[in-house]
Amino acid sequence: MKALDSLRETMRRDRVFDFVAQGEYPLSGFRHTVTQGEIDVSHGTILYVENVTVSFDGFKALNDLSLYIQDGELRCIIGPNGAGKTTMMDVITGKTRPDTGRVHLGQSMDLTRMNETQVAEAGVGRKFQKPTVFPEHSVFENLELAMKMEKNAWTSLRTILTSEQQSRIEEVMELIGLKDQPSIQAKFLSHGQKQWLEIGMLLMHDPRVLLVDEPVAGMTHQEMDRTAELLTSLAGKHSVVVVEHDMDFVRSIAKTVTVLHEGSVLAEGSMDQVQNDDRVREVYLGS
Amino acid sequence: MLSKILFKNLLKDDKGGDRMLTVLLAVLVLVPVLNLAVPESSVFHLSTYTVTLLGKYLTFALLAIALDLVWGYCGILSLGHGAFFALGGYAMGMYLMRQIGDRGVYGNAELPDFMVFLNWSELPWYWSGFDMFWFAMVMVAVVPGVLAFIFGWLAFRSRVTGVYLSIITQALTYALMLAFFRNEMGFGGNNGLTDFKDLLGFDLQSDVTRIVLFSISGLTLLLAYLLSRYIVNSKFGRVIVAIRDAEDRARFIGYNVEQYKLWIFVLSAVLAGIAGALYVPQVGIINPGEFSPLNSIELAIWVAIGGRGTLYGAVIGAILVNYAKTYFTGALPEVWLFALGGLFVFVTLFLPRGLVGVFDKRRKSSQGAQA
Repeated sequence: MKALDSLRETMRRDRVFDFVAQGEYPLSGFRHTVTQGEIDVSHGTILYVENVTVSFDGFKALNDLSLYIQDGELRCIIGPNGAGKTTMMDVITGKTRPDTGRVHLGQSMDLTRMNETQVAEAGVGRKFQKPTVFPEHSVFENLELAMKMEKNAWTSLRTILTSEQQSRIEEVMELIGLKDQPSIQAKFLSHGQKQWLEIGMLLMHDPRVLLVDEPVAGMTHQEMDRTAELLTSLAGKHSVVVVEHDMDFVRSIAKTVTVLHEGSVLAEGSMDQVQNDDRVREVYLGS
Repeated sequence: MLSKILFKNLLKDDKGGDRMLTVLLAVLVLVPVLNLAVPESSVFHLSTYTVTLLGKYLTFALLAIALDLVWGYCGILSLGHGAFFALGGYAMGMYLMRQIGDRGVYGNAELPDFMVFLNWSELPWYWSGFDMFWFAMVMVAVVPGVLAFIFGWLAFRSRVTGVYLSIITQALTYALMLAFFRNEMGFGGNNGLTDFKDLLGFDLQSDVTRIVLFSISGLTLLLAYLLSRYIVNSKFGRVIVAIRDAEDRARFIGYNVEQYKLWIFVLSAVLAGIAGALYVPQVGIINPGEFSPLNSIELAIWVAIGGRGTLYGAVIGAILVNYAKTYFTGALPEVWLFALGGLFVFVTLFLPRGLVGVFDKRRKSSQGAQA
């Protein structure tokens, strides 16, 4: 298996060979080295979406979209229905292949060549709109199941959590505000708590980029506030991309807002800048 | 209680299982005493007939655990588990046939009676080795296991789930039944294998052998229960429950769903095969009727009535329903099928978690899966 894997690695065309990247490369003094499987953010940008076009039966869901997410940034993406928000997520996570354009994670990883699992492994976590947690499992078990670890059947049979893993789970439970209820079954959680638990499950994977789709839909105001807190606290360590309709919520968390319209970026900037943009007003208010 | 002391960690959160095993251990001690040591004239004497009946129930309970593992925990409703049970039974039956030797009706030392009757001159190749006990015992596990592996590999890889899987498992057991009914298959046709004399040299009709078979059935049930409990307590167990509740999500997180399903299915089939092998020497016959789809459906009813996803519920369901069956088919034979059907409807409508669900206020907010 080992040999096969390393052969497979050598055949990959989306990365520089190990020996080139790390080793005796004549120009190594002039370039930084890239470790395989690690995201290279030496230029400060973690996610590059460049000139991406996706069309379904002639309809351009994404039209020459370019977007850059900085490492550790919290970015909100808004836009009217059909603006291409979900399609953009699909392209980043490898669910949809772009017709043209490039999507890179860091400098070196080409996401358009990976499938969904590989993208997830590479460090992009996606939270879908509808919460899907395991209803019969406790909060703790849900997080345990989502943990980054060996996942084949035989290992699972004999796995015992190390204290490190245990404390990692507790850390995440603290983060998502469910620390006091580790053994409650997920089906008894409120809608908001389920959303947090799911974010927690994503965090167990230690993603560098978190894509969050409409996190506060259907939440109470208190829950919204706590979600805002949670997402803000995640920024810095992770880059968080939030797609949301709720303007109050977006205002409460975002430093930078990107407005999508008809598959491309209409405006980008702070919330105030964006709201005072004439084109944005036109799109949203039709005036 | 008693079993709790013995298997502390395994049964930590399993009160029902603990009670069930305590009762089982008590029965395993009491029954031999009441049968062998208490004189026949006493009211406390247990007839050998009853012992055999109880032994049969225990093998059914083992079969029910096997189904509960795949159905209750992994959501795979197999309606063909009777096939694995019967295959295990046939493997044991073949050994017992070879043990008869020249004591058969035709007195042929090499060939079982039905082969002599069919004018066969030599044993088919697949009968070779079955004169050795160890070989037969290996086959008891291997034959159902390999069949389950091939079947499961094909089915799960093609993502056949839910009712479609149930239907093809029915087809599997039905196909095997038709095949085993044929004389040229070499398994005794519709008469099956019977007229067994002894097992490892012990007379199958003697009281002591019957008690020993009963005890082995009970101990096997106990071990299988502990093994199953170990599995469902492990992370493997949590993964298969996750697969049951949200298969796509489990796949998305990175679990190889097919692999998990396949292994639990194979293990379940092996347990069913062992149950069959214990069943055959106690009832003295194995015939293609055991493959009938109806048997497998009845098995699902035992588990549903007892309570899915608890393991001990399956044991209780199997024993209660079979006791009721013995009683009704003796007292009011025409009522039995109606009673079984009625029971199933009742349980489905009013007790979705089965009989054990009634007594068991299960882990609502205080479940202690972590330390």
